[in-house]
Amino acid sequence: MRSRIAAVLLPILVPFMAIVAALLVGAVFLIALNTDPLKVYEKLISGALNSTYSLSQTIGKATPLLLVAIGICIAFRANVLNIGAEGQVIVGGLATTAFALAFESLPSGLLITLSLIAGALAGAVWGGIAGVLKARFGVNEILSTIMMNQIAIQLLILLLTGPMRDSSASATSANIIQTAQIPKQAWLPLLIPRTFFHAGAIVAVILAFVGFFFLWRTVAGYRIRAIGANPDASRYAGIQVPGTVVQAMLLSGALAGLAGGIEVLGVTHRTIQDFSTGYGFSGIVVALFGGLHPVAAIPASLLFGGLLVSGSKLQSVGINQAMVTVLQGLIVLFVVGSTEITRRYRIRRAAEQGRMPTLESEIGQPTLAEEAG
Amino acid sequence: MKAITHLEMRGIVKRFPGVLANDRVDLEIRPGEVQALLGENGAGKSTLMKILYGMQQPDAGEIRINGETVRIDSPAEAIQRGIGMVHQHFMLVPSLTVAENVAIGLKASRPPILNLNQVISRIEELSARFGLKVDPRAAVWQLSVGEQQRVEIIKALYREASVLILDEPTAVLTPQEVEELFKTLRRLCASGYALVFISHKLNEVLNISQRITVLRDGRVVGTLPTTEANREGLVKLMVGREMSLKVTPEPVTIGAPRLILKEVSALGDRKLPALREVSFEVRAGEILGVAGVSGNGQRELAEVIAGMRPLTAGTISLDGSDISRASIAGRIEGGLSYIPEERMRDGAIKSFTVAENVILQTHAEAPISKRGVLNFRAIHERAGELIRAFKVKTPHDGTPLRSLSGGNIQKLILARELSRTPKALIAAQPTRGVDIGATLYIHHRLLDQRAMGTAILLISEDLDEMLALSDRIAVIYEGRIVRILPRAEATPEKLGLLMTGGS
Repeated sequence: MRSRIAAVLLPILVPFMAIVAALLVGAVFLIALNTDPLKVYEKLISGALNSTYSLSQTIGKATPLLLVAIGICIAFRANVLNIGAEGQVIVGGLATTAFALAFESLPSGLLITLSLIAGALAGAVWGGIAGVLKARFGVNEILSTIMMNQIAIQLLILLLTGPMRDSSASATSANIIQTAQIPKQAWLPLLIPRTFFHAGAIVAVILAFVGFFFLWRTVAGYRIRAIGANPDASRYAGIQVPGTVVQAMLLSGALAGLAGGIEVLGVTHRTIQDFSTGYGFSGIVVALFGGLHPVAAIPASLLFGGLLVSGSKLQSVGINQAMVTVLQGLIVLFVVGSTEITRRYRIRRAAEQGRMPTLESEIGQPTLAEEAG
Repeated sequence: MKAITHLEMRGIVKRFPGVLANDRVDLEIRPGEVQALLGENGAGKSTLMKILYGMQQPDAGEIRINGETVRIDSPAEAIQRGIGMVHQHFMLVPSLTVAENVAIGLKASRPPILNLNQVISRIEELSARFGLKVDPRAAVWQLSVGEQQRVEIIKALYREASVLILDEPTAVLTPQEVEELFKTLRRLCASGYALVFISHKLNEVLNISQRITVLRDGRVVGTLPTTEANREGLVKLMVGREMSLKVTPEPVTIGAPRLILKEVSALGDRKLPALREVSFEVRAGEILGVAGVSGNGQRELAEVIAGMRPLTAGTISLDGSDISRASIAGRIEGGLSYIPEERMRDGAIKSFTVAENVILQTHAEAPISKRGVLNFRAIHERAGELIRAFKVKTPHDGTPLRSLSGGNIQKLILARELSRTPKALIAAQPTRGVDIGATLYIHHRLLDQRAMGTAILLISEDLDEMLALSDRIAVIYEGRIVRILPRAEATPEKLGLLMTGGS
């Protein structure tokens, strides 16, 4: 009985303890820098949570993170390591912006929907290229997606300084690299006025549940998980492994592209040079944090959204950006490391029950496996 | 050699929640003897040996070496006391050479410089003395399974073990390699080593051992000198009741050809011809056995028929339609079932649940899924049927497959493949690594399937199995079918000769 309670509590308690431990280690750094860690941590927490506005900022940052993370869950479940979400976010943002600018006469609802679809499609194409390269020619997807990130960044600069450049007088004179502002009817409605809490957050949460349903309740999701867990057995069962790889990358890219589009329509209202601020990379951490489970990625995205928000606020109390990054890094390291503790605990429990996860049982030789009864 | 003149395990008890894995087990190990440890899967053989090798601690009982009670807390301590173990799954680093693998974990004679020449000459000495042919400079990944096993034995001998535990050493070997291994074991015995030979293969145990200890449900149910043992008696001890090992195929009416191969050729993994103009037909209600020494094209044959390997020439037809170019899914839909040789790798997804494994091929068919969405009620129903019909031991169908015992995973795969009422079935080494009870069960199921009119292609290296089940036996040698014999004309001698290229 006791061990059963432990089994439930452990996955909750361990990450929490890990955050505390990370903060303790961070305190050492802060003291060495002659700063009061308590003050900093107070700000760290309040910065993300203390007001409706701060909360909306946290949610605003969490939204694109969550969308990217859902896509990462799908790709990683297929054992396709999509590191290219950043590039997919960028092209998604660009496509959404371009569509909203080009068709500004459309009615609001239609314009928003079509602009977002354009962003998702662009992301899907960007991800799909890496998918096809892997499926057809066996090109390592880590390599190709990283390269596609570079191409996306250069494309962004090219478009923002050329064809899509904001031609308004103020931007030209200030030499700001950005597109023109999209028309107001393309903006995502704010759920609380004058905050960052826009309708995109609701879309993201809904999609997290859709993602869960897709992966565990549909034929296509079953296939994606199957090829990720055991490509040999999948092939044996008649599943088209290469085709499924492409599917996973298309979906993963579409969600990242949508993240870019929603960021444009909900927050920036135009594409600016660094509008993604690394969502594509943080989204990977969020997904891993959530155990590659789209619904578990919801709280994970809030944690990281909060860290991004309070991080920028810490600078206002004299903590420099480097230290903020150190603190964020510590928290990520400790929490990710702590999942290893949970994993080992599970293995030990399995061993105590006589199901020794030894090499034999891992490789799966039948003759030695113990009948646990 | 660290002399162990006498080793004794007394009253060993090991409890796991819900299971008594070892119940007051006594075992004596003497120099110059092969002590066989016989028992079904889950009888407690491996637990007992893990305790002796320091991998697990007993809840009660003691281990005595040369009369002195000892505690063995870790494999390192077991090795230090002169106990070596050859695991069924080799603990070798594939990218390192044989010598490097042998030297791994040992202190260099003059650290930090590693002088492998000394290691190499010692390996050469050991291999000459005990007939363990292996090149100390070869990388392990280049070695055959048999050679890798020799490296494991050398590793233990190099560490001066005088008691050597061999855990199912023959499970992975070809008949020829088994003979080689037995020669080595006899030499080791003659030099005063004590050997523990774990197996559930009666012939081998009767052949190599001096004494046999039989375990059942964690208890020793008998210890006897091999000279006094016979197959029937041992089976009775192992399974607890009389059991006929013989299955007798009922006469059935053999129908029309279901699976026809015409001059099929295919390449192996190294892009060399592995199948050469293979032709045969398997008719409804018939078991066609394919006998051969491992590596003569059996694996490629199964894969070509299943669609996992392209053919370079010839045609395959299933129930009248040409499937030579059909997709894997197309062949499955056409009524082909395949029990793959590497069942744990190809036949199941271990991180998936039992239910998810049941629908591996049928997940896109009604009623398992409708309009792309899985129907869990239908899935539970299907899984429940198979679990009951094939007596798969699992808490429920949502249990991850990896927590089932190997025997139960095998049963589940068998259940899945047979339940699809196939027109043709490829059974590749269906009883490899399976204990006596389960083997018998699988044989009966295959015969049931035959009676239902399935055309069965049985690929096996076990001649007893081949002769017991097959209606006709095709002998494969170097990728060619050299002869197809009716069962009445097939004898082990005749098959053995054909299998090795004679005529």
